[in-house]
Amino acid sequence: MFVYVLRRLSQTALVLAITSLLVFGGLYLVGDPVEILVNPSADQIEKERAAAALGLDKPIHEQYLTFVKGALTGNLGNSFVYARPALQVIFERMPATLELAFLAMLIAVTIGIPLGLYAGLRPGSPVSKAIMAGSILGFSLPTFWVGLILIIVFAVQLGWLPSTGRGPTTEVLGLQLSILNVEGLKYALLPAINLALFKLSLIIRLTRAQVREQSLLDYIKFARAKGLSNRRVIGVHLLKNIMIPLVTVIGLELGSVIAFAVVTETIFAWPGMGKLVIDSIFQLDRPVVVAYLLVVVFMFILINLVVDLLYSILDPRVRLADVRS
Amino acid sequence: MLRTLLRAFGAIVLSLLVGFSARAADLVIGLSTPVTTLDPHFHNLTPNNSMARHVFETLIKQDENQRIMPGLAESWKAIGDLEWEIKLRKGVKFHNGQNLTADDVIATFKRVPNVPNSPASFAFFVRPIVEAKAVDPLTLRLKTDKPHPLLPNDMVAIMILPKAVAETAKTEDFNSGKAMIGTGSYRFVEYVAGDRVVLKRNDAYHGQKPAWDNVRFKMIPSAPARVAALLAGDVQMIEGVPTADIAQLSKDSRVVLSSAVSNRVIYLHMDSGREKNSPFVTTTDGKPMEANPLRDAKVRKAISKMIDRDAIVSRIMEGQAAAAGQLLPDQFFGTSKTLKPEKYDPEGAKKLLAEAGYPNGFGLTLHAPNNRYINDAAVAQAVAQYMSRNGIPTKVETMPSNVFFSRGSKLEFSFLLAGWGAETGETSSPLRSLLATYDQKAGLGTANRGRFSDPGVDALLTQALTTIDDTKRGVMLARASEKAVGELTGLVPLHYEVSTWATRKGLSYKARADQYTFAYETRPAK
Repeated sequence: MFVYVLRRLSQTALVLAITSLLVFGGLYLVGDPVEILVNPSADQIEKERAAAALGLDKPIHEQYLTFVKGALTGNLGNSFVYARPALQVIFERMPATLELAFLAMLIAVTIGIPLGLYAGLRPGSPVSKAIMAGSILGFSLPTFWVGLILIIVFAVQLGWLPSTGRGPTTEVLGLQLSILNVEGLKYALLPAINLALFKLSLIIRLTRAQVREQSLLDYIKFARAKGLSNRRVIGVHLLKNIMIPLVTVIGLELGSVIAFAVVTETIFAWPGMGKLVIDSIFQLDRPVVVAYLLVVVFMFILINLVVDLLYSILDPRVRLADVRS
Repeated sequence: MLRTLLRAFGAIVLSLLVGFSARAADLVIGLSTPVTTLDPHFHNLTPNNSMARHVFETLIKQDENQRIMPGLAESWKAIGDLEWEIKLRKGVKFHNGQNLTADDVIATFKRVPNVPNSPASFAFFVRPIVEAKAVDPLTLRLKTDKPHPLLPNDMVAIMILPKAVAETAKTEDFNSGKAMIGTGSYRFVEYVAGDRVVLKRNDAYHGQKPAWDNVRFKMIPSAPARVAALLAGDVQMIEGVPTADIAQLSKDSRVVLSSAVSNRVIYLHMDSGREKNSPFVTTTDGKPMEANPLRDAKVRKAISKMIDRDAIVSRIMEGQAAAAGQLLPDQFFGTSKTLKPEKYDPEGAKKLLAEAGYPNGFGLTLHAPNNRYINDAAVAQAVAQYMSRNGIPTKVETMPSNVFFSRGSKLEFSFLLAGWGAETGETSSPLRSLLATYDQKAGLGTANRGRFSDPGVDALLTQALTTIDDTKRGVMLARASEKAVGELTGLVPLHYEVSTWATRKGLSYKARADQYTFAYETRPAK
């Protein structure tokens, strides 16, 4: 297993190198950052000064080499706009995004799995039908629309929750987190629900499908024939077996929630990474975009690794050392 | 008797309460674009400049119509053609208690061109100054190597720091708040990038005291969310009210709107540089065409006549724009009194096209950004439809501004829609950048993406740029506009954008042409 983890991590390095090259080249093709950053009335002297100050006066391959040299020592360059190390800019925003993502996934999992189980076990009941119909809505309504409706109903009309922004933070292990105090949680609730809605529907549908499939299999029939209690059949035998696909999907979805919460972050003015990267793309703030994508790719690889490790715990038949990728 | 007494007592208590709540007043403002840094000399960007003006001040300021007025400088005058004398205001104190002196100003001028890694510096505004000298602590002499009438306008851009800060502070010291020492009406409290800026009132301020003790700026880039935050009462004021919501908000009794025509003109630029093979000029059936009809002033005038500006203003801009006939709205310095928005005249356009030798028209592609100006892509579509209807079949291609401006500056387009905000608040700004002959060395025509060039216009402009006398300069600039826009149609002005602020009822804000949002200009309504 140790060798397995090591091999996976070494593949990571290769993926990161390729990503950096693609993003670097891609942004170079999009346009010239100087054109966007300088004041429109700037003359040639100012444009040349800005290009030199940002290191953009050199040919692209030299710029990339400078970047790689820096990257090997852990320095991904300074943001053009914020004048600070790109990684620092990203990590500063990361706690906000992470707490929102975890809160959203928590909502999705704690509500989604029980509802899915219920709908799977009693497929004919009106409640199950209502759950399934609701999940279709969760799938198909666009996030930005739901977000605005949430704001209009709960903030503008009812006035229960604040409309936008992030609440007061408390410091935990050097991280500024807002969901650990009541006031902060109030701010986080609407965006988290908005973010959770799609994942919730996905988990409901997936759980239901798994339950329907597994409950017809022999081992369940056998367990029932043995006279095991309903609780034990569902809670131990069934649940454990439906968890494998669920864990995969939840893992991947957690990654996508962290990396691509852009729409929700924009609507609720949540100061997270998604909003940062969109602004950075528009301003062609290359160091931030490159660093962000490297961080995201790394995160996805890490989540996948954790998911694979979880498999082996959930299903003893999977032995990681034998998996050749 | 007792009843009257009680009533009087009640009135006194009530007025005390009201008075008290007004004194402990806080204001929360929703901003549309994030402040990226607090260093006032690092990135010349509207949201940054707007925020910096709360903590720092400039020698010369602009009123809501961008007319210059005294700031830290009490008065200024030109001594001959090459020297200016500036008198500083007496008794101005920085937030650290030090007095403002001419040395602070000189140290600031030294810092401005030397801010490391600055993506858009303010160096341009101090470059004409070759020598700055303190005659006495409150008198400053500035020398230029050429006559530079715009020196007072340039001073509007430079935020003054205390000498010690100007000499040592780095950009990160401003972001952390350590170097946030100005003379402004607010002191710095907190900055969280991408989220908020918090300020408190400077009680030692030398000018009129602002109405609010504490001000919190929240960055809410999504327009509908900003409106919702205002309606929910989470913020008391927002900038950048989206055009789509104006009609509804104006009926809402909880909200007061305030708008002003901005200094930004939206215009069409045509390739009048290339003699042949302009990349997006085709025959009417889409085949490449060798000749470039856009070089002919008659064709350009015809395009101007083909567009119904009033319809674009009322339907696409929902009334939040004013039809444009020149480079800046009429009330600005150096504008022409005779230039009026071109009337919609399809017949006249047809005649001009025929006279120019294109009775059957030709094909064009209009390129436009889709995230830079208010409703930019929709305006481009409307322009193309008018042109297609009136004899020039026009396609539209829109793209994000980061792609658009790079390609536009490489002259990859034949016909483009863009906008120009005159920061200086007078006509030389758009003239020298958009219509002067492109000259890299002289810094002229830097945004002239149509490569319009006319020696007559250049001569008038060069003369104006070295004429210290305001009245004479104004006339010259107006004349240059009449020639470049009116006679030669070097560009086609479409409309001026209107900027709108919304406040909760009980507050008022005087809308500004420069789109800045100032907490200290926001007042409780009387």
